[in-house]
Amino acid sequence: MNVIFVLWLREVKRYLRSRPQIIASLGQPLLYLLVLGYGLNRVAQIPGTGSYFQFVAPGVICMGILFTSIFSGIGLLWDRQFGFLKETLVAPVPRLQIMAGRTLGGATIAIIQGTLVLVVCVLVGFRPTSFAAIPQAFLFMALIAIVFAALGTAIGSTLRDMQGFQMIMNFLIMPIFFLSGALYPLANAALPLRIATQLDPLSYGVDGLRGAFVGLAQIGVALDVLVLGVLAAAFLVLGAWAFSKIQV
Amino acid sequence: MIKVEHLTKTFGEVKAVVDVTFEVKSGEVFAFLGPNGAGKTTTIQMLTTLLRPTSGTVAIDGLDPVAQPLEVRKRFGIVFQDPSLDQELTAYENMDLHGVLYHVPRKVRAERIEVLLKLFELWDRRASLVKTFSGGMRRRLEIARGLLHTPKILFLDEPTLGLDPQSRNQLWTHVKHLNETEGVTVFLTTHYMDEADRVAHRVAIIDHGKIVAQGTCAELKAQTGADTLEGAFLKLTGTTIRDETANGADAMRQMARMWSRGQRR
Repeated sequence: MNVIFVLWLREVKRYLRSRPQIIASLGQPLLYLLVLGYGLNRVAQIPGTGSYFQFVAPGVICMGILFTSIFSGIGLLWDRQFGFLKETLVAPVPRLQIMAGRTLGGATIAIIQGTLVLVVCVLVGFRPTSFAAIPQAFLFMALIAIVFAALGTAIGSTLRDMQGFQMIMNFLIMPIFFLSGALYPLANAALPLRIATQLDPLSYGVDGLRGAFVGLAQIGVALDVLVLGVLAAAFLVLGAWAFSKIQV
Repeated sequence: MIKVEHLTKTFGEVKAVVDVTFEVKSGEVFAFLGPNGAGKTTTIQMLTTLLRPTSGTVAIDGLDPVAQPLEVRKRFGIVFQDPSLDQELTAYENMDLHGVLYHVPRKVRAERIEVLLKLFELWDRRASLVKTFSGGMRRRLEIARGLLHTPKILFLDEPTLGLDPQSRNQLWTHVKHLNETEGVTVFLTTHYMDEADRVAHRVAIIDHGKIVAQGTCAELKAQTGADTLEGAFLKLTGTTIRDETANGADAMRQMARMWSRGQRR
């Protein structure tokens, strides 16, 4: 338990100490929010929400969580490069505990980052329709964070170098974001795109979060929770397995 | 305490360790010497559960690192050749994290950290992030951290690389003390033959992945007719011989090592 806690604490400390990165990683969601939110607000009318801006803000919050959580998992690669990974690999504690501490730490900072994006969204004009749904929103933020922190750990355990990281960025993370329905409603999309969206784990997070904040869940909140819960468990097992197989 | 039989590790075409057999007894200080790239670190990685052997067997306190990695990890501590600190944490935090990982009780942890950081003259900088440290300070911190808990076996992979004579002296005094009072078995590698001569009960010399000699320092000197361990080492691994055999195959070996470096760390 102690071991999980110190490794969790390490992730959180590292995050809080990297203020420039915190601000930098707020930039990208903010850019999407402002450019798309304001740019398309007049053009795109989304049935059921007040405006496109209201529609896209939860998607942008998901983006902040997705990037932070998956990068925290891939941070294993940095630990490998700087050598700290070895220190944890030879320690006389089950690898499962090490993986759990890291992953929970990554999920925690992703939730913090998502909250910061939420605050920024509210500052520039986003208005959640119901404050009663805030706990539900945080449930979804936590689920998204755990799913992708665990996936990131699984990927980070198998990556050997920075080239691999670029591949993951272009062929996994960006598609996960763009196919999630964060930026456009599913109902009007072409069939292949709808299928891709249904295969994308983040879709269920975006849907659930949008359901909580602006009351517009197209898939359904219950199904969202179920899918994310199952995926979280599956990715945690996958991540733990991949981590246990690491050789130096 | 450590029993290695016919240990072999190959990386593709490269034979890093070939049919290595040796034994380290409980309470012994054992020096594993060899030129750069001889296979020392690869051997240590196989002994410390970080690499799976291609063939051969290893027993650490009677346990197989491949079959029972966690049990084996409970029995040793290690100071790595390469950096392994978290640079975004302070010196104290690095020590404390290590103490938790190795189940050192909180109170003992605080006491030992203070003693060790003072011993290696890092106490005044305990609250500074490691990334602000010089190379020598980082090295000292790695060593202080490695000595935080008292394992059955202590692996020291070129611990004194880049250290000033004062720190080197502190290190070996401390290691000798641990060995004599706590009975810690020590497995070390170094390029400084005088250090091996000073602390090691027995020595094995490895070159090109093979053990070329083993015995006490006195035995090796007698065997080669050299006055010093350094002389014996050079006679066994050879300056001239090595230079002459630096042929195409050697160059290939060097290349392969460079390219696979990222994978082996």
